[in-house]
Amino acid sequence: MELIAILGSEGLWEAVLRIATPLIFGTLGALLCERAGVLNLGIEGIMAFGALIGWLAVYNGAGLWTGLAVAALSGALFGLLHAVLTVPLGLSQHVTGLGITLFASSLAYFIFRLSVQIEGSPPTIRPFQPVELGPIGDIPFLGPVLSSQTAPTYLAIAVAFVMMYVLFRTPLGLAIRMTGENPHAAEAQGVNPVRVRFACIMAGSALMAMGGAFLTLSAFNSFFPTMIQGRGWVCIALVVFASWRPGWALTGALLFALVDAYQLRLQSALEDAIPYQLFLMAPYVAAIAVLAVMARRARVPQALMKPYRRGER
Amino acid sequence: MRFELRETRSTALMICAPVAAIAAALVLSGGLIALAGASVIEAYRFILVGAFGSRSSIAETLTRATPLILTGLAAAVAFRARLWNIGGEGQFLIGAIAVAAVGSELTAGLPSAIAIPILFVVGALGGMALMLVALGLRQGFQVDEVVSTLLLNFVALLFVSMMVEGALRDPMAFGWPQSVPVADNATLPRLMERTRLHAGLIVALLLAVVVYLIQARTVFGLQSKAAGYNAGAARFAGVPLGRTLVLVACISGGLAGLAGAIQVMGVRGNVTTDISPGFGYSGIVIAMLANLNPLGVILAACFAAIMFIGADGMSRAVGVPSFIADVTVALSLLTMLVALFFTQYRVRW
Repeated sequence: MELIAILGSEGLWEAVLRIATPLIFGTLGALLCERAGVLNLGIEGIMAFGALIGWLAVYNGAGLWTGLAVAALSGALFGLLHAVLTVPLGLSQHVTGLGITLFASSLAYFIFRLSVQIEGSPPTIRPFQPVELGPIGDIPFLGPVLSSQTAPTYLAIAVAFVMMYVLFRTPLGLAIRMTGENPHAAEAQGVNPVRVRFACIMAGSALMAMGGAFLTLSAFNSFFPTMIQGRGWVCIALVVFASWRPGWALTGALLFALVDAYQLRLQSALEDAIPYQLFLMAPYVAAIAVLAVMARRARVPQALMKPYRRGER
Repeated sequence: MRFELRETRSTALMICAPVAAIAAALVLSGGLIALAGASVIEAYRFILVGAFGSRSSIAETLTRATPLILTGLAAAVAFRARLWNIGGEGQFLIGAIAVAAVGSELTAGLPSAIAIPILFVVGALGGMALMLVALGLRQGFQVDEVVSTLLLNFVALLFVSMMVEGALRDPMAFGWPQSVPVADNATLPRLMERTRLHAGLIVALLLAVVVYLIQARTVFGLQSKAAGYNAGAARFAGVPLGRTLVLVACISGGLAGLAGAIQVMGVRGNVTTDISPGFGYSGIVIAMLANLNPLGVILAACFAAIMFIGADGMSRAVGVPSFIADVTVALSLLTMLVALFFTQYRVRW
């Protein structure tokens, strides 16, 4: 009974939104890249770098929003690197992405060690505070859940709706989707597939980095190596779950966060009976299960992972 | 500017590619060293001293290279068949914990000559099992093995953590989470007195040659290459694709698992959750630097080992964080990809 009571608790749903935020950013970022036809496995490293550089900016006196912007900019730069290697050069998107992940995460740890010369507990910043919602905060259940969230969470949800609109209701979205399905046809329609891919990879990578920065600027208040813990790979799985649709990406991230938040609470409820590591495995196993169920029926962008060269088949 | 496919690729060009890639990576990380406020020349000199400066540092570099050769081979074998096994890290961990589970008591009474080969097989089987999960998901459910192996790495790490805090916890470790040690009969013989260099290096080198011969001289070797180059054409030519992939997955996962086994039996004696400083991920870089050639893997693994061991010494001497080694190794993957591109294409202005 206790297990069901947890589902009704405000604390659980507060945690769901908090845990979902980096996943929403990351999944939308990966989705945007893949809609344009490029898999970006740099996500794990880009999130790590975003987490570091956003935190470092704030630690050195910048505002929280500036920190988030700096993180986004760094993500866009890694995206540019990924784009240069995979679009005009047409290198393997799998291996390039992994290379970006290894590079970005090791660079983040290097810069962290370089700029923070400390032993013991890591230095902290004052993170984003919950947004004051006024009368909404008085609504039972919903009020407390929403009024414990910080601004970037709302931003993430807003980005999902914006992406939904842009991808399916604007000429730009049509150009992006065409580039991901058939770049030759897109080119015939006057769209420059190379430019679209560059823009999407950079924008998508910026979103990934913001997801990472949320961890250091809102969820926690300090940076530590290995803090991303596979969230990026989970996002890649969520894109498949979402069938490359932003609305489903938002839903998927929330569902996933529900699994994660629930296992955290189960963990403390069933502490003695079951080793806690089994609970911690839940998100990764869930991601694999999601892939196993969805991968076959997913409608993959047809040109995903196929490099585009003008005039070549 | 446009790129034009080269009709032939000269051997000289193929040898130049990794050299140029490593040089470029070293120059780029030199920028970071300068940014950290140290003299670049001095830092690289300390890296060389750290890796080669004394008998013990050479032994330490070779000790580090041993698991890297094996994880590099694991990635190279799989990549050649376009099976993207990124799970070397997880397979390494499972191989290590499997050896701790079996080698602490079950094989303790046996003579070393029997116990050691048994434990090698146990470690390899552990890695194999994890890789076969990923292959099964790919063949049965069309799950991209890149994502599944990456996710399984985290599952494997948590499994090891569960074991070293639970069933396999060492009761003599005063509550420190480490596994029971493997028995003395499972410890690999030392190659050099008063160093950690162990016979695992010989095993790794031999396996590199064996894998090379399998790929160059057997039907299976050709079939796995064909499956990678053009699966459709291979199937048409009568290559049993499913069977070939299963075998490739077994070899790849087995090599990574064996790396874990050897690290436990040769260096650590027991398992902790930090037994692998990213050996599996470095293996991917090493395989690419070697251009998937098993003999090249040996050299590429030595490069990575030199960077890792050298950077530790350099970090103590000039104060540049030793993470610079990880940065250089990661950069060399990216520069190698670019270098390989230019072995395939020439630039026309």
